[in-house]
Amino acid sequence: MSGLKEIIQEKISREPFAGNGVLKDFSEKGMELFREQGIPTVKHEEWKYTRIAAVLNSDFNYAANTSSVTKADVDAVRLPGHETANELVFINGIYHAEFSNIRSSSDALELLPLSEAVKGEYKKLVESNLGHSAGYHPDGINALSNAFAYDGLFIEVKKNKVPEHPLYCYYINDARSSSVLSQPRTLIHVGVNAQVVLVEEEITLGSSDSFINRVSELVVEENANVQLYKIQNEDVHSSCVKTTHVRQVGKSKVHSVTLTLNGGMIRNNLNFILEAPGCESHMYGLYCVKGTTHVDNHTIVDNVKPHCFSNELYKGIIDEQATGVFNGKIFVRKDAQKTNAYQSNKNVLLSENASVNTKPQLEIFADDVKCSHGCTIGRLDEESMFYLRARGIGEQEARALLLHAFAAEILNQIECKPIREYADKIISERLGFEL
Amino acid sequence: MLSIKNLQARIEEKEILKGINLDIKPGEVHAIMGPNGSGKSTLASVLAGRSSYEVTGGEVEFMGKDLLELSPEDRAREGLFLAFQYPIEIPGVSTTNFIKTAVNETRKYRGEEPLDAVQFLKIMKEKMKLVEIDQTLLSRSLNEGFSGGEKKRNEIFQMAMLEPHLSILDETDSGLDIDALRIVAEGVNKLRDGKRSFLVITHYQRLLDYIVPDFVHVLYKGKIVRSGTKELALELEEKGYDFIKEELGERVDA
Repeated sequence: MSGLKEIIQEKISREPFAGNGVLKDFSEKGMELFREQGIPTVKHEEWKYTRIAAVLNSDFNYAANTSSVTKADVDAVRLPGHETANELVFINGIYHAEFSNIRSSSDALELLPLSEAVKGEYKKLVESNLGHSAGYHPDGINALSNAFAYDGLFIEVKKNKVPEHPLYCYYINDARSSSVLSQPRTLIHVGVNAQVVLVEEEITLGSSDSFINRVSELVVEENANVQLYKIQNEDVHSSCVKTTHVRQVGKSKVHSVTLTLNGGMIRNNLNFILEAPGCESHMYGLYCVKGTTHVDNHTIVDNVKPHCFSNELYKGIIDEQATGVFNGKIFVRKDAQKTNAYQSNKNVLLSENASVNTKPQLEIFADDVKCSHGCTIGRLDEESMFYLRARGIGEQEARALLLHAFAAEILNQIECKPIREYADKIISERLGFEL
Repeated sequence: MLSIKNLQARIEEKEILKGINLDIKPGEVHAIMGPNGSGKSTLASVLAGRSSYEVTGGEVEFMGKDLLELSPEDRAREGLFLAFQYPIEIPGVSTTNFIKTAVNETRKYRGEEPLDAVQFLKIMKEKMKLVEIDQTLLSRSLNEGFSGGEKKRNEIFQMAMLEPHLSILDETDSGLDIDALRIVAEGVNKLRDGKRSFLVITHYQRLLDYIVPDFVHVLYKGKIVRSGTKELALELEEKGYDFIKEELGERVDA
């Protein structure tokens, strides 16, 4: 096998576009755009620092809906707190009910294949929301996901319901016998007055190359409350592009924390489209990477309506040869008066070879708004180090203490306790921090 | 306890200390006064081991060891304490955990068992009373959002917890109102036990009304130009630093 286009071609010839009507058209349009655009190169402004084509040039098998994954394999990777969570298991991009545990009742939480959802009572919802992210990412990667969207999952959090169990989503690639490219796709609708906690993690089994191109689109209704936690902690063979696209269509609150703790080439797209007055969005990110990991966080806040509030804080600790990219866009449309939008990106570089590219981008078309942005790139503060050492705390411990404190500001934003403790443990071990 | 001989130091290309000589014996309180820019804070920083200063000559012996050979943390563990002029705010590090780490790292260095939570809490409560510091302050992030007075009180509290042989107070009185000054000074006085020594660096005589020194030295242009007893401080207060300049034969602008 050679290029990705050929791989995709082969997949299509084996399994022609499934679904019918809407979904079939949608997939075919995605395929068409992918053929036209191809994999983005560094000439593409949005992919300037992330050579995704280099990763996708290696030989991948397009994930087949068959794999030798067993329940024991899944059990081995479950996250802390899973005993009381709704667990959604995707293997090679496809949702597998047999490994999943849905603990909430069906009057609070409903799961349907997208190909089903597009037919019944959710038809209109799916039609008007599936692929909404494409407007913000008109590139080949997003198009490729659209081409295979018929394998996706639709999740409905029913109105006035608060599923007491968080949703843990595991996106598992089985790369034990060969390299795997997979494309999990979800559309999540959070109903009026509903609340949900979503935890997502990418996991690769085996040591062949793994690539996940994941698109999750969320539609958040009036007075809904959503917590979104993403964790990635993989080895250098595992790369991914994750797009989380959140439309806040009613006055609602969304709180997001994105953690990147290692991997190959990782691109996190996070979009908030604030389409109702009074929306609130909190976006936190922490990347603590080493080795040759490349992590790229691209975020967009699009203020369409007035009186919305968004706050964004991304922090990076970059060691060895690892590289980071932060690109934060804030759009304030003409009608979005009284917008409050804040953005900050802070980086600590721990080695001579570590690097980061950070770029805030504000496009403001309204005249009565408060927006701010700022970024820092530096080493550990010498004055703080000296203060700690002058109290008898050794250099290594002082360093660990300061780095942990730097990371803790983000970790403390994880309200889901078992996940916060899990992430804290990984970070503490990484930094040699103990208290 | 501390013996400084002909100490010279610079920051970047600028010579600041030009041959300091000073001996401090156990139980003594020395005050160093001097106009702005005379090198007072540099002396404190060099003794504590701040790396931005380069020692270009001289020797410092502390508790029988070559102080200048020790890392900042080992100087602290040997019993040297610097109360910072501008204590650093460190968000995300709780004051209590910080002090516990500092105390136990020092104990480890001295071959002592670390304090457990109960022992630590007991000692902490005693020392809290000493400097009239509040529990809520200690559960907050280190110095974050503390007022000037709270920061200085926290320095003295740390000093009380670490029980150093020699404490250097670097302009601890700056930015303090009279009540805060009194509390800080009382904290220091309660730690005076005839064995611990103090080096009090100050611009004003005011602090020395509360912490009465055994010796007063005047630092000017990187050298100690006069030494005396506490009366010297009063003389300085009365005449200003100009009389030192006159004595040195410098022209004093009217």
